[in-house]
Amino acid sequence: MIDILLAILNISFLQAIVNMSTPLLLAAIGDIYSERAGVLNIGLEGMMLVGAFSSFVISYHFNNPYIALIITIIIGFGLGIFHAFFTVTLKADQVITALGENILALGLTSTLYRIIIGVTEIQPECQGLPVLYIPAINRMPVVGDIMSGSTILVYIAFLMPIITYVIFEYTSFGLSIKAVGENPKAADSMGINVNVIRYIAVIISGIFAALGGASLTIGGLKYFFDNMTAGRGFIAFAAVIFGRYTPLGVFMGTLLFGSSDAFQLRLQTLGIQLPYHIFTSIPYIVTLLAMIFSRQTSFSPKALGKAYVRSS
Amino acid sequence: MSNRNLISFLRVFEKDSVIESVITPIIGLVVGLLIVAIIILLEGVNPITAYQELIFGAIGTKINLFSTLLKFIPLSFTGLAVTLAYRAGVFNIGAEGQLYIGALVATWVAIKVNLPFYLPSLLALISGMIVGGFFAFIPAYLKVEKGINEVLTTILMNYVGINIVGFSVNSFLMEKGQTAPQSPLIERSAHLPIIAKLEGIHLHIGIVLVFVIAFLMYDIFWNTTWGFEIRSVSINIEASKYGGINAKKVIMIVMFVSGAIASLAGSTEVLGVQYRLMENFMTGYGYDGITVALLGGLNPLGVLAAAFFLGALRNGAYSMQIATGIPISIIYVVQALAILSIISASALYKKFLAEN
Repeated sequence: MIDILLAILNISFLQAIVNMSTPLLLAAIGDIYSERAGVLNIGLEGMMLVGAFSSFVISYHFNNPYIALIITIIIGFGLGIFHAFFTVTLKADQVITALGENILALGLTSTLYRIIIGVTEIQPECQGLPVLYIPAINRMPVVGDIMSGSTILVYIAFLMPIITYVIFEYTSFGLSIKAVGENPKAADSMGINVNVIRYIAVIISGIFAALGGASLTIGGLKYFFDNMTAGRGFIAFAAVIFGRYTPLGVFMGTLLFGSSDAFQLRLQTLGIQLPYHIFTSIPYIVTLLAMIFSRQTSFSPKALGKAYVRSS
Repeated sequence: MSNRNLISFLRVFEKDSVIESVITPIIGLVVGLLIVAIIILLEGVNPITAYQELIFGAIGTKINLFSTLLKFIPLSFTGLAVTLAYRAGVFNIGAEGQLYIGALVATWVAIKVNLPFYLPSLLALISGMIVGGFFAFIPAYLKVEKGINEVLTTILMNYVGINIVGFSVNSFLMEKGQTAPQSPLIERSAHLPIIAKLEGIHLHIGIVLVFVIAFLMYDIFWNTTWGFEIRSVSINIEASKYGGINAKKVIMIVMFVSGAIASLAGSTEVLGVQYRLMENFMTGYGYDGITVALLGGLNPLGVLAAAFFLGALRNGAYSMQIATGIPISIIYVVQALAILSIISASALYKKFLAEN
């Protein structure tokens, strides 16, 4: 017991929480836009996987993580258009679309990895994003220590809840998104182009999900392996529901799930004589329990999951 | 409800149109195979050669056909499980976890129980079904009582189920004196009956079970009040309440049965093919069940055809990889493109109907 306490009562554990929460936070905060606009995005998992893969491959090829970051943003943009095309334009079932996208992402990334990188004995590593040194933050006590190893993606992730809060509370764009997600018909009659707003919202979600994936490779391990997101996209999606579609709530949710991930990794290193599987299930179980013990249905946008059919 | 309303209400429950259940899946498959042919071409391999290798690997020889059939069995079970749930308006994305848990319980029973006459295997299958069903019941209960999205809960529970199997074969179910994460071999008395043998490949009784369940499901869907209740819950929960149907109860029962069917994918594989439980012993079959269900037009008999096709694809992909170097994972691209084409085709068809 003392061992466990010692393992989590230190700065490096807090650093681990920040690192484990970053991919979830990026994907989940971006997803708020999509969900609030009324488009379910369970394709986060696949989008993260594609982001992880493409940022790895591009950084590996160009030896430059910032080029990888920029191209990943463009790819995320494309992923958003892809999802919006099926769900908004074609009005196809939003859940099945996402399931198809997730399988496609798994198939494409695994196949392309073998074609581009091949089967190697040693995991090839790419150039990772450098640690970003911001004097104002890094000189602060405690916070400076926690953020001392952070890349630009971590800073973006932790800024996003604030930016998103401002957008939703104080801008007409944020109001439009909410209107489109709650009552598309009324929004339409107020002159808001429902489909355009939904496209933009889903594209934002695509970009941040791809960045969430990038934070696993160029912002983390520096290598890629099949299905490396391992359900993080689904956990991010759960965090959005758990956080009641609000930036602050989602931020707390991703911190909770990120901490449980950091905690289980810590437990694995303690050398407890138990199969590691018992620890790896912790984040999934915590997510499930969090969903069960928080009331949530009434908070979802009213038009969530429904395509808008304009009646003239 | 006026008489005319009632008639239009009932018409919704007639059998699905041929376009939706046959033509869209075929379009989906063709699109999937065509786009992947382009990817194969970009790899510098002739797609016709690649697909020839695939077909040969799948059904070219009797042995290849037998191993395709061995993949057909679990794919049918998970496809039927997803179809059943979907018909009641519930997404069961948890077949993966349900089959892992089912296989775990079946293995444990098969190892512990010592009885004659195939009784251990029967007992093992039934125990697996009960626990697999319970595993699916949890998300159903959470959906109807707490309004929690079942897509998310079933997916999260997959990870839990897979990890429970990993934990078990590394601890209490681990073979004594071994370091490999696997259960002891299951005694011959607990194996499933074999109905055909070909050079070391044994076709077990599971294939009969697949057909029995598929025909039963077909009959229940379209010839019984149960089937009517299940389908009406999916189409309109409010209207079905009007008709005196307890939608919550229907959803919970359907999900239990769905989980039980999914568990058979895992338990028959262990008791009929692998004879021991290993970590990650059958990756992806649960998720493939979704593709099978959609390709099969959500019709139990269509599911059998789709499961055979996907089994052939999985089996043939090995030969294709050896002969042409195209990675096996390409079959996931085919599947995904098929799914996306099917739902777009049916969305466009609905749009067309609405406009005319």
